[in-house]
Amino acid sequence: MDLKYTAEQEAFRKEARAWLEANVPSEKLASFDTKEGFEQHREWEKKLQAGGYAMVPWPVEYGGRGANLLEWLIFEEEYYRAGAPARVNQNGIFLLGPTIMDVGTPEQKARFLPKMASSEEVWAQGWSEPNAGSDMANIQATAIKDGDHFVINGQKTWASRGAFAHWLFGMFRSDPDSTRHKGLTFILVPLDTPGITVRPIEKLNNKKAFAEVFFDDARVPVEYQLGEEGKGWDVAMATAGFERGLMLRSPARFQDTARKLVELYKETVASGAYVAPELRRTVAQCWMDAEAYALNTYQTVAHLMGGGKIGAEASVNKIFWSELDTKMHETALKLLGHRAELLPGSSAAGDVGEWLDGYIFALAGPIYAGTNEIQRNIIAERILGMPRK
Amino acid sequence: MEFRFTEDQRLLQETVRDFLAGECTVDFVRGQWETETGRSPEFWASLAEIGVPGLLIPEEHGGLGMTEIDLVLVMVEVGRAGLAEPVTPTAAVAAPLLRDCGNDALAKEWLPKIAAGEAIVAVAQPTSPLVPEAECADLLILRSGDGLYAVPAADARITPQKSNDPSQKLATVEFDPQPEQRIASGADADRLETAALDRGALACAAQQLGACEQLIQMSVDYTSERKQFGVPIGSFQAVKHQVADIKVALEYARSHVERAAHSVAHDVPSRSVDVSMAKISAGEAALQGASTSLQVHGALGYTWEQDLHVWMRRAWTLDLAWGETAWHRERLAEALFEGGSPASSFGFEPAA
Repeated sequence: MDLKYTAEQEAFRKEARAWLEANVPSEKLASFDTKEGFEQHREWEKKLQAGGYAMVPWPVEYGGRGANLLEWLIFEEEYYRAGAPARVNQNGIFLLGPTIMDVGTPEQKARFLPKMASSEEVWAQGWSEPNAGSDMANIQATAIKDGDHFVINGQKTWASRGAFAHWLFGMFRSDPDSTRHKGLTFILVPLDTPGITVRPIEKLNNKKAFAEVFFDDARVPVEYQLGEEGKGWDVAMATAGFERGLMLRSPARFQDTARKLVELYKETVASGAYVAPELRRTVAQCWMDAEAYALNTYQTVAHLMGGGKIGAEASVNKIFWSELDTKMHETALKLLGHRAELLPGSSAAGDVGEWLDGYIFALAGPIYAGTNEIQRNIIAERILGMPRK
Repeated sequence: MEFRFTEDQRLLQETVRDFLAGECTVDFVRGQWETETGRSPEFWASLAEIGVPGLLIPEEHGGLGMTEIDLVLVMVEVGRAGLAEPVTPTAAVAAPLLRDCGNDALAKEWLPKIAAGEAIVAVAQPTSPLVPEAECADLLILRSGDGLYAVPAADARITPQKSNDPSQKLATVEFDPQPEQRIASGADADRLETAALDRGALACAAQQLGACEQLIQMSVDYTSERKQFGVPIGSFQAVKHQVADIKVALEYARSHVERAAHSVAHDVPSRSVDVSMAKISAGEAALQGASTSLQVHGALGYTWEQDLHVWMRRAWTLDLAWGETAWHRERLAEALFEGGSPASSFGFEPAA
């Protein structure tokens, strides 16, 4: 067990820190859930890519830096430390990217990964349907082969930034006589294909970037099929494990929030405002949990770099970070007292920062990427071996 | 940077696990409840044969010269087996204290005996008036005023106190401080005492992980067998989700405990805070394991006959040893809010 960074790792940290200090926009970008903010974030991604930091652990040939997972962790620490913008193409770079690297053809890798890394093409995910949420295998949208095209019909929903994205990836039923996990094909779909209608849905945060997507005889070339026909479920699950969870929510994000929460607590106490006594303990617990998440991730990275694999353990992770995120923001709102209901900009609010926005965002965590109830089933059945029936 | 154990360390853990699975069965643990001392010199001798008491003792004194990173995995197994022999005070706390106290004569006298399994040492905890293992100890490390003393058992007045956990042997101890028994005073005594507390708390936290794992296993086994409404009760989500929650708490506590072992072994500046986080998280995981296990075992778990309470009681009493959760929570809070002990955010450490 060695918990010291090597000289090379320290040097990489320094280099990343210097680049971020020089390049992170001094003014906060508009929310990437607005059209204006979406484009601002794409501009940032372009800059990040030009600097060589857009996809730290990806191979150089696909627009990455070719670094290992540990260096990626270091980069993430510096990224959050610098207060850099959220990643607008996270569904592409963190979820789809690794899948393409795993199962894509050489042509697909060359076609999709570099443009994904630079956010020239931003991706939305198309997993959920009105009747396939937690019960993902109940997918009903069809993609029927007609010559060298799939003809897609049906509906996808809850596509984050689907209102502005250029592409969508998802599973479709390519064998109309199939049921459940069989007969599904993983397909990459250009959202400007005729026959596709994207309808924005307003979220709790008052923004309309979320979308439902309707397919009406939309024709998509067969070369956009990812993995084998009819094996979409396996393709989706193969990388549904840790790398996704790891990349989507790196620990520095929560350590940064925990640090801000500690500062908020100290400021509130110093201001003389009433602070409920139990919050002292809750804030300390939040900080400690963010540390636990970081430590656990470093252990997982060591395990992966040592040739290990991660499967259902990702469910333990997902529950932990999503509930921690909610708890941290709830606690911050308690510290803010009456100001917690005021939108930033109201004169009586003072500097309430992004806690309310963060809270609304955090509330989605236990729902997306598989509800925490589903994750608890997975832990009980696949890790602990409790009976399914 | 490589946050994981070596294969040798895992092998040591497996060796101890196998040994305890054979020698420290639940029947043995419960059998000890009925004996006069509750302690078995024969068992201790066999534990010494595999090197456990002398794990942290330098080789020159007959020990294995290992560190807390090795010991922490051994203590997980001690917790899993529900073993209550004085491994914590003797091997995890007293041995390094005698090693580090700067008194060569004392180290030369006691360390070889501890490593050979011929001496038990009890250590007073700054957070409690109760001294575990005082009755079976040959030597006691006790605090009086600003001094720390190494007191032979014959010179101490020991009053046994009955614990709610029959595995736990507690006593209050009085003694008349003798200058020649003083091993440190003032800041040196404080330093040794804080190091002892951190080591004791780490050893407890590791046992809490082991106890928690055992409680999860018993709950999984029982709920997979027990049928109601024609199906195993473990197939109900209301049951599954409770057990899954213990698993989540356990895995994140484990990260804290393993990091704290490294912090103690290398005496890093954030050592005390890291240990407190380990003790809090492992303590809470074990307590959650205890209450959930009891619930999913139903009335059967509420009987004296069922073995569940062997580990439930370990979870309760380990939580109180070497600083109860509330004490460690306050030490952590002081570090974060008032700049008490130094705390550092792993990897992240933002600029001030």
